Amino acid sequence: MTSTAAVKTENFNYGVVRQFAVMTVVWGVVGMLVGVVLAAQLMWPQLNFDIPWLTYGRLRPLHTNAVIFAFGGSALFAASYYVVQRTCQARLFCAPLAAFTFWGWQLVIVAAAVTLPLGITTSKEYAELEWPIDILITLVWVAYTVVFFGTIVKRKVKHIYVANWFFGSYILTIAILHIVNNIEMPVSLWKSYSAYAGVQDAMVQWWYGHNAVGFFLTTSFLGMMYYFVPKQAERPIYSYRLSIVHFWALAFTYMWAGPHHLLYTSLPDWTQSLGMVFSLILLAPSWGGMINGIMTLSGAWYKLRTDPILKFMVVSLSFYGMSTFEGSMMSIRTVNALSHYTDWTIGHVHSGALGWVAMITFGMLYYLIPRLWGREKMYSVKLIEVHFWIATIGVVLYIAAMWIAGVMQGLMWRATEVDGSLTYSFVESVKSTAPFYFIRLLGGLLYLFGMLLMAYNVFKTVIGQTAVNPVVPGAAASTPQLSSLAQA
Amino acid sequence: MEILYLLLPLSLAIVAMIGAVLWWAVFSGQYDDAEQAGLSILHDDDHTVS
Repeated sequence: MTSTAAVKTENFNYGVVRQFAVMTVVWGVVGMLVGVVLAAQLMWPQLNFDIPWLTYGRLRPLHTNAVIFAFGGSALFAASYYVVQRTCQARLFCAPLAAFTFWGWQLVIVAAAVTLPLGITTSKEYAELEWPIDILITLVWVAYTVVFFGTIVKRKVKHIYVANWFFGSYILTIAILHIVNNIEMPVSLWKSYSAYAGVQDAMVQWWYGHNAVGFFLTTSFLGMMYYFVPKQAERPIYSYRLSIVHFWALAFTYMWAGPHHLLYTSLPDWTQSLGMVFSLILLAPSWGGMINGIMTLSGAWYKLRTDPILKFMVVSLSFYGMSTFEGSMMSIRTVNALSHYTDWTIGHVHSGALGWVAMITFGMLYYLIPRLWGREKMYSVKLIEVHFWIATIGVVLYIAAMWIAGVMQGLMWRATEVDGSLTYSFVESVKSTAPFYFIRLLGGLLYLFGMLLMAYNVFKTVIGQTAVNPVVPGAAASTPQLSSLAQA
Repeated sequence: MEILYLLLPLSLAIVAMIGAVLWWAVFSGQYDDAEQAGLSILHDDDHTVS
């Protein structure tokens, strides 16, 4: 024992976690605001004021990039940097590199916010950014990989906690996906052409696109779930064995589901069928995660009555279960024939994005922010409760409106008269959709309002507080073999 | 669909890699005590109130 006292103490690197946590809130407000503007434009197209930079086609990729990569990305950096340090009982590896990931990632976001409204785009969905930004993303991501796995390597506990497996797989997969999908030939500073053409390009794009959803918005957030749900519930995860099994099942099956985005296209039939089959198989490991998270509360359900943070977490898991079930169903060809190209898809995406990704992020931030600034809890727990209900009502309005609109559009587009002519013109389906666009706008406004409440709550929690960087617990406390021997 | 000559080997290589890591995790004893592993994060007190 005396020898450990001589060891130089080390502090956790909470600084970079704080930076990412704050920017998560900022980008959440920005991204959701753009989303609300777009929803309004669909109701009232004149809201682009005839300014090219504000047209729907340019703002839409700005919205998706802002919510996925700026809001979601910052949340993942914050969560993974916090979790890897706490579970490895080690300070984050290489502080300057970690700082580079923060500033580099913010630069990527700002570059996106400038280039996309200017109309500079590769036109690949979720990979719109042009080649100079792609290179910057690659550099940041390599730094992220080094920082994360460097911390795993220097860990002071033998076991690598399951959340780190999820984070690790997301970091590695995104690196591969990003590089392969963005192989392109620059012709000028802001224009490049993809290395692939036609259906080949579509295949690579949706291999990327689906796995981006799978790894950037699912496995990574499951990593978040596996740490913050047990911590907030103060109970171990329901079944650690299930978490191991479903992690490896997800890792082996996710890669193959991409072609379900290209059903009834010129993609070979067998490839489409393969994508569909794997999408159905995916339901099992996906629900493994949902059941494991929700059942963690078994025996402690009463906590849900009083703890709004747990409410966020459990409802996010419910949306996760719902949207993964919906996704598997939508990959079935006959269902897809009805749903594809309709607003049902938009509803599905938002049930995953608002319901699952954003809500688990809110839960994570409400847990994390007070700890980063040395407080017991958030400035107002009451406001968290209000945020929870506003956000939940917002999501439900949003997805219910899009379900109805989507199924209606699908049915109207395929309706034919006895002589084979179409029953409805396209514009008739647009007119019928208008009321549902209005409900969707209401849902989006509620959700944005909840986000603003959170921003206020975070501001009041943080302001005037001193940032804390706790000491990494000493070697004696962090060797489980020794402590378990002592207990035996 | 020449693109499959890229995507299939790439995906299979990734599967092989995942298999190798799984092999390591199982035989290096990562999963020997799932009970303790699940509890471990609860033993770490991350409250920072001074």
